[in-house]
Amino acid sequence: MSQTNRISGGQIDRSKSLRFTFDGVTYSGHAGDTLASALLANGVRLMGRSFKYHRPRGPISAGSEEPNALVELRSGARQEPNTRATVVELFDGLVAQSQNRWPSLSFDAMAINDRFNTFFTAGFYYKTFMWPAAFWEKVYEPIIRRAAGLGSLSRLEDPDDYDKGFLHCDLLVIGAGPSGLMAALTAGRAGLRVILADEDFRMGGRLNAETLGVGDQSGADWAAGVVAELASLPNVRMMPRTTVYGAFDHGIYGAVERVSDHLPVPMAGKPRQTAWRIYTKRAILAAGAIERPIPFENNDRPGIMLAGALRAYANRWGVAAGRRVAVFTNNDDGLRTATDLQVKGVDVVAVIDTRSGGPLLAGIRHLQGAEVIDSRGRLGLTEITVRSAKGAVETLRVEALGVSGGWNPNVSLTSHHRSRPIWRDDLAAFVPASDAPAGLIPVGAAMGDLSTHAALRGGAEAAAQVVADLGHGSARYDLPKAEDAPVAITPHWYVKSDKGRAWIDQQNDVTVKDVKLAHQENFTSVEHLKRYTTLGMATDQGKTGNVLGMAVMAELTGKSIPQTGTTIYRPPYTPVSLGALGGRSRGKDFKPFRLTPSHKWASEQGAIFVEVGMWLRTQWLPRKGETEWRQSVDREVLATRKSVGICDVTTLGKIDIQGTDAGAFLDRVYANTFSTLAVGKCRYGLMLREDGMVFDDGTTARMGPSEYVMTTTTANAVTVFRHLEYCRQCLWPDLDVQIISTTEAWAQYSVAGPNARKLLQKIVDQDISDAAFPYMGAGEITVGGLRARLFRISFSGELAYEIAVPTRYGDAMIRALVEAGREFDAVVYGTEALGVMRIEKGHVAGNALNGQSTALNMGLGKMVSRKKDAIGVLMSQRTELVREDGLRLVGVKPVNPAEPLKAGSHFLKTGAAATAEHDDGWLTSMVYSPHLGHHIALGYLKNGTARIGERMRAVNLLAGTDTEIEIVSPHFIDPEGERLRA
Amino acid sequence: MIINHPILGPRDAQEFVYLGDAALIDRPDGLTAGNEAFHDYVYLRDNPAGVHRELWYHEQGDRSWLVVTRNTVTHEITGVELARDVARSRGRSK
Repeated sequence: MSQTNRISGGQIDRSKSLRFTFDGVTYSGHAGDTLASALLANGVRLMGRSFKYHRPRGPISAGSEEPNALVELRSGARQEPNTRATVVELFDGLVAQSQNRWPSLSFDAMAINDRFNTFFTAGFYYKTFMWPAAFWEKVYEPIIRRAAGLGSLSRLEDPDDYDKGFLHCDLLVIGAGPSGLMAALTAGRAGLRVILADEDFRMGGRLNAETLGVGDQSGADWAAGVVAELASLPNVRMMPRTTVYGAFDHGIYGAVERVSDHLPVPMAGKPRQTAWRIYTKRAILAAGAIERPIPFENNDRPGIMLAGALRAYANRWGVAAGRRVAVFTNNDDGLRTATDLQVKGVDVVAVIDTRSGGPLLAGIRHLQGAEVIDSRGRLGLTEITVRSAKGAVETLRVEALGVSGGWNPNVSLTSHHRSRPIWRDDLAAFVPASDAPAGLIPVGAAMGDLSTHAALRGGAEAAAQVVADLGHGSARYDLPKAEDAPVAITPHWYVKSDKGRAWIDQQNDVTVKDVKLAHQENFTSVEHLKRYTTLGMATDQGKTGNVLGMAVMAELTGKSIPQTGTTIYRPPYTPVSLGALGGRSRGKDFKPFRLTPSHKWASEQGAIFVEVGMWLRTQWLPRKGETEWRQSVDREVLATRKSVGICDVTTLGKIDIQGTDAGAFLDRVYANTFSTLAVGKCRYGLMLREDGMVFDDGTTARMGPSEYVMTTTTANAVTVFRHLEYCRQCLWPDLDVQIISTTEAWAQYSVAGPNARKLLQKIVDQDISDAAFPYMGAGEITVGGLRARLFRISFSGELAYEIAVPTRYGDAMIRALVEAGREFDAVVYGTEALGVMRIEKGHVAGNALNGQSTALNMGLGKMVSRKKDAIGVLMSQRTELVREDGLRLVGVKPVNPAEPLKAGSHFLKTGAAATAEHDDGWLTSMVYSPHLGHHIALGYLKNGTARIGERMRAVNLLAGTDTEIEIVSPHFIDPEGERLRA
Repeated sequence: MIINHPILGPRDAQEFVYLGDAALIDRPDGLTAGNEAFHDYVYLRDNPAGVHRELWYHEQGDRSWLVVTRNTVTHEITGVELARDVARSRGRSK
């Protein structure tokens, strides 16, 4: 198809034609086009349907403030909803679909909503869908969501990569219009490290959209020259296609660079987008201004747009949005649209100027004191109705109308730390207040300096000040000559009408009527207005509508605009994709696994792994013919208890503690005593929180007079270390004690079972007989001459050792242990068998260490020494915590050995109702004991120690089970500990 | 946020773990203090809208505990000290 509305000029490359499709129709555009400019060039004005009424809509802007022209870009897994056609850079093969319409954009069945608009006013949902409450989630909301919606997701995984990056600079310049370019040039020439970021793909800002000259060049040529010079400076980083979306604390800015969005698919090795965190000493906000419309009846038809956008399409992209156009304005800037378009040969039918008096435009029908009061055209503008100063009404046939109600300085980033902009009557707009984020300097149009000269000057002066502040001397700059027209505006917030609808916020279908209704129902504060009418919500965040809404409310309440309130903005400035925020932390990379030293060997054996913290540990190791997990686990337990089993326990935290005060330090962080521990011995330690609850447990060995090795649980390895550093630095700063985490330095294996000693003796170089290496012994040994550590400790209740070798020998060690164990039928067991054996032995683990339990609850009350001051000891003795009838750890077995037990069951007396007041405690962990041949469990029972032998019930209302049980000692196996000491 | 570490210079707050009120340094002696004093120490905190001295731990760094003086309203940081120095200045030793 031909580009019927393409006119001369513009910064597009007419030698490069690009083909693209919109709703299945193929069109062509040029390099340098946006999707919106290319569609307009092809005579397509209708690009979307409105949110609530499904009204036909076209673009009203030429930038990121666009509320209407939202499309689904690309197809398949790369489909992206709600992209603004006004900023989508055209590429060859681009595919876009309109959204929020069915079955097609030109015939949308949901447009029936528009006929019933009297029902769909502000507050409609609140008032209509109130009753019955249960209907909201199930009936009302799904229907409303289907009818009123934005784009849809592909529901396919995004095939592209996203990155995160960090940048540092002296000065970040946000926006590359006249003020931003001048600021970057001034600072760049002075030698500052400068980053210049602009959301557009072509730098220059409004200079590209205007016919105003700078120096003796066109604005666009001057901008191109400055961009070229900046690009040649090694201390300046140019970042087009980069939106600075947030101002954060201490000079940090968030930005998204659309690295590949202008390509059909990203180049190999490149991300689609990069989220940058930019660390700055200063930032200059040169984000320009955003034009606002003047609402009038039916002001939302495709073809009606902002006057500045109409002229941007003509000047930058060589596109006439219509062949016959008119302009509706309350200020001088709107007049430029008429003169620019006339020069381009477009038929300017009339300028409707709300102001009376002043000079008339030459050669154009200039109606002063007039208003546009209505429009026509089902899918696009065909005519407007104009009322003259004298009240005469006439209709004018036009295809496009440019509307200018004045310009709002783009203050968004200045209010990210809650600074409220201030009102300026001369501009009829809000400008940044002086309490903008520290180090952020608004300049140019963003500061309310709306002429080209003022913008250039503001940028240069601000940059020179930054150069001086940062100690780079005085910067020199020459200001090129440019226009310096004052702002000439007479506010005219909306065209009054009794019946029709005049849109303020086109994205959310908020009209002047809705604001009046909000006022009538007393939602007059700005915050209420927003929430009652949805003004300023969704993807555009009211960039064109917010100030208008406030102005209408001000008029209704008889207050001034600043009295009515201000609107402030939060990050992000424009929507940021979750992909960019997530970066590479996605799927498996969101939480990478840590692998144990035996992982390779275990994988070769077909082990089943389980995530424990960030680690992958062997859960069980199935042998040929085993189809049920219990078969493997039962075998591992029985083989260990019968002969010997090997288990990788590397994941336990290991902390080396050294210094002459190491023993004293341990006495304070453990509830029990370690200073008295003999060298070459280990001891079980119980660590409390300051509130008296058990924090962690583990075995700590004394390797020398001033050297200990602590172990922690896998889950708390990091937090225990942090806590020890806290105690060492904040509480007892002069203790001579040094600590370092060695969790990753040692591969550690447990060897347990009656034949554990025989197996290990084959491997280690020293005599480890019971006499030479007794129960709870610890020491440095060697394995084939290599340094190792041996601890005679047991979690399983069997004769057991833990042997540690430097991590790089971990793989060799597991293979050596398995080889040496062959003659004993040794097994390698996983975390399930480990759990079975510790419950059989009555040891607490994660489920019992729940952060709400004391040593006394766990049956370890005697370990808490009252003779010394240790963390948590005092608080653990509070009256309620030492009640005689408090919870105690007990063992549980079913009266009928064939019956299983359920973890999480609650203890109830026989005959008691299953209600909270009869709750006597709960069952913390449960296993099947292959040794005993029935289920066993541990649990916390009120006054439990005194109730051993009692029969009661374990009730689980969720699982629907009610089992008769007997309370027993938690030590199911070898209560005297003879096996350990063998 | 950026925390100006007394030894390592300006570091991103992401490298740190936050604990809370630096009053935690003033731990009563467990053998001589009463339950009341410990109850206050463990459970009661000021929650000022304004200047707050708080403990941060440089976990992804040199493992220093720091006392950071931060305005909770503006996030302005006006002082960063090694917690060890603060503890000594408050009479803590062994």
